[in-house]
Amino acid sequence: MSKEARSGATRTLISPVRLNQPAGRRTYRIVLVLTLVMATIVFIGPLYWMATGGFKSPQELVRTPPTLFPESPGTHAFTEAWDRLGMAQLLLNTVVYAGGALLLQLVFCVAAAYSLSKLRPVFGNVILGMMLASMMIPAAALVIPQYLTVLDLPLVHWNLMNTPWVIWLPTVANAFNIFLLKRFFDSIPDELLDAASIDGAGPVRVLWSVVLPLSRPILGVVSIFGLVAVWKDFLWPLITVPAHETLNVGVNTAATSMPQNTLIAGLFLASLPTIVLFLVFQRNIMAGLTAGSLKG
Amino acid sequence: MTTTLTRGPARAEAARTGNPPPGGAWRRALTRNLRAHAFLIGALLCFALFTWYPMVREIVMSFQKVRYGETHWVGFDNFRQIFADPEFWPAWQHTLEFTGIALFFGFVAPFVSAIVINEFRHAQSYLRILVYLPVMLPPVAGILLFKYFMDPGYGLFNQILEALHLPTSSWLASQDTAMLSLVIVSTWANMGSATLVYLAALQSIPGELYEAAELDGAGLLRRIWHVTVPQTRLILSLMLMLQVVATMQMFTESFVLTGGGPQGSTTTVVYLLYNYAFSYDKFNTAAALGVVLLLVLGAFSAVYLWLERRGGEE
Repeated sequence: MSKEARSGATRTLISPVRLNQPAGRRTYRIVLVLTLVMATIVFIGPLYWMATGGFKSPQELVRTPPTLFPESPGTHAFTEAWDRLGMAQLLLNTVVYAGGALLLQLVFCVAAAYSLSKLRPVFGNVILGMMLASMMIPAAALVIPQYLTVLDLPLVHWNLMNTPWVIWLPTVANAFNIFLLKRFFDSIPDELLDAASIDGAGPVRVLWSVVLPLSRPILGVVSIFGLVAVWKDFLWPLITVPAHETLNVGVNTAATSMPQNTLIAGLFLASLPTIVLFLVFQRNIMAGLTAGSLKG
Repeated sequence: MTTTLTRGPARAEAARTGNPPPGGAWRRALTRNLRAHAFLIGALLCFALFTWYPMVREIVMSFQKVRYGETHWVGFDNFRQIFADPEFWPAWQHTLEFTGIALFFGFVAPFVSAIVINEFRHAQSYLRILVYLPVMLPPVAGILLFKYFMDPGYGLFNQILEALHLPTSSWLASQDTAMLSLVIVSTWANMGSATLVYLAALQSIPGELYEAAELDGAGLLRRIWHVTVPQTRLILSLMLMLQVVATMQMFTESFVLTGGGPQGSTTTVVYLLYNYAFSYDKFNTAAALGVVLLLVLGAFSAVYLWLERRGGEE
């Protein structure tokens, strides 16, 4: 990004002149090293403890003082955690929930934002306003009527409990996504769309071959938010899909009945997918986050 | 078909020349709108089902009771019941306590780390990855991990405190420190997102402002107070509001880490709501509590927006 440019040109809190003096340079190095060490201990430390904890025996895990490296590392705890937690099933459930939610969000939120931004239906602004107003509603306060709604869907009387739909559908009602997408679509000039129209493209074609290719960055942001939100949710899956638990809920349910090293190994296994995802896509995620958050 | 009249080229033509193509303007507008609403329908249905309808239903429910499978209107009975519940005020107190401590840490820690990280010319991306890593964990994994660190006996935290000859703590086991412990977990797990938001805001501050302040003889702290803070004021206040609203709804940490204890000292409002509905099967009472939570947070948001607007006018 602009990191190189920034460090060269723009000054921040401390002036470059001060930093280039010998005293400044020394202080800078000391503070930098201290921060790096501290931050590594605080943020990686617990993860390291979790990763190595699974290799330890239950006795070694609770020993004082704790051991930095496992004495006789064994993978037993990991295989046991995998089996006892039913990790394969939990992972599959979570992937299905997150993947489906992402797909539905992309289809419906993109379509809605495109309509509000470019097709401009009557009452479009009222609808957008009502959607945005829902952002002011604290999610936890609505859990009860939402739960009763999915138990018996109005008019059609379907019970969505323990089906993926109960996770998928509510994620579409995401005003923030629609707002982000609409704002991005607003910035695409109408002339471009009209040109495509003149060539005979209908709205679906225009959306597919003009708008979407231009919107890759924002689609990335929305996708990441969508995936992570489902992956991290707890209360909603806890009450709506008790028979097909998510990773989060499943680990919590099993937590009380497992040997400690097995549970720690399980925590590590549960964390691994998102950590790997993050490390692989961290550049995109970071860029997306700042793009998404700077909406003010 | 009428759609032939309103296909893309015709509309584009109309847009260019300003002359509507021949055909009924009314029908064209209708088909155009039908098509636009067809694109909206999926999201609209989901909003209706999972946001707007539950909102209305919650208010209706809060004035009703179900007896022997029949629904009755009971006026303010549910509200009287929750206000009379001996757990009601303590739950608010615990919630406010969590929000208070969480703001103290959760607001200061990300801002300070963003300021520090922003000063470095090295390792910036490493530090950004580091603070954000916990945000990506499934919350239960992070929370249960800290349960081990906070064990009063063999927990890592007490061992570190002992090694430093500091007094140890009973962490989650004591009423006095349980809430603080929850805040520590929550801050560790969530501060990454706020840090990144602040970092982005800091990078847009023009360097000349610091230059000028320094020429005026402002020291480090005064530069932060008179340049950094005002320049990031908007984003700071927005994040403050978001954090208040989020922390007032804290549930997972309590549920997973302490089960509301010890002696109910971490039972929050949302926890109480969950208990009404899923432990005592009193959905209407839970709905009434939901309405109270809505009103309280709604009032907070309204006051915030009012202050914000007034601040903008001055």
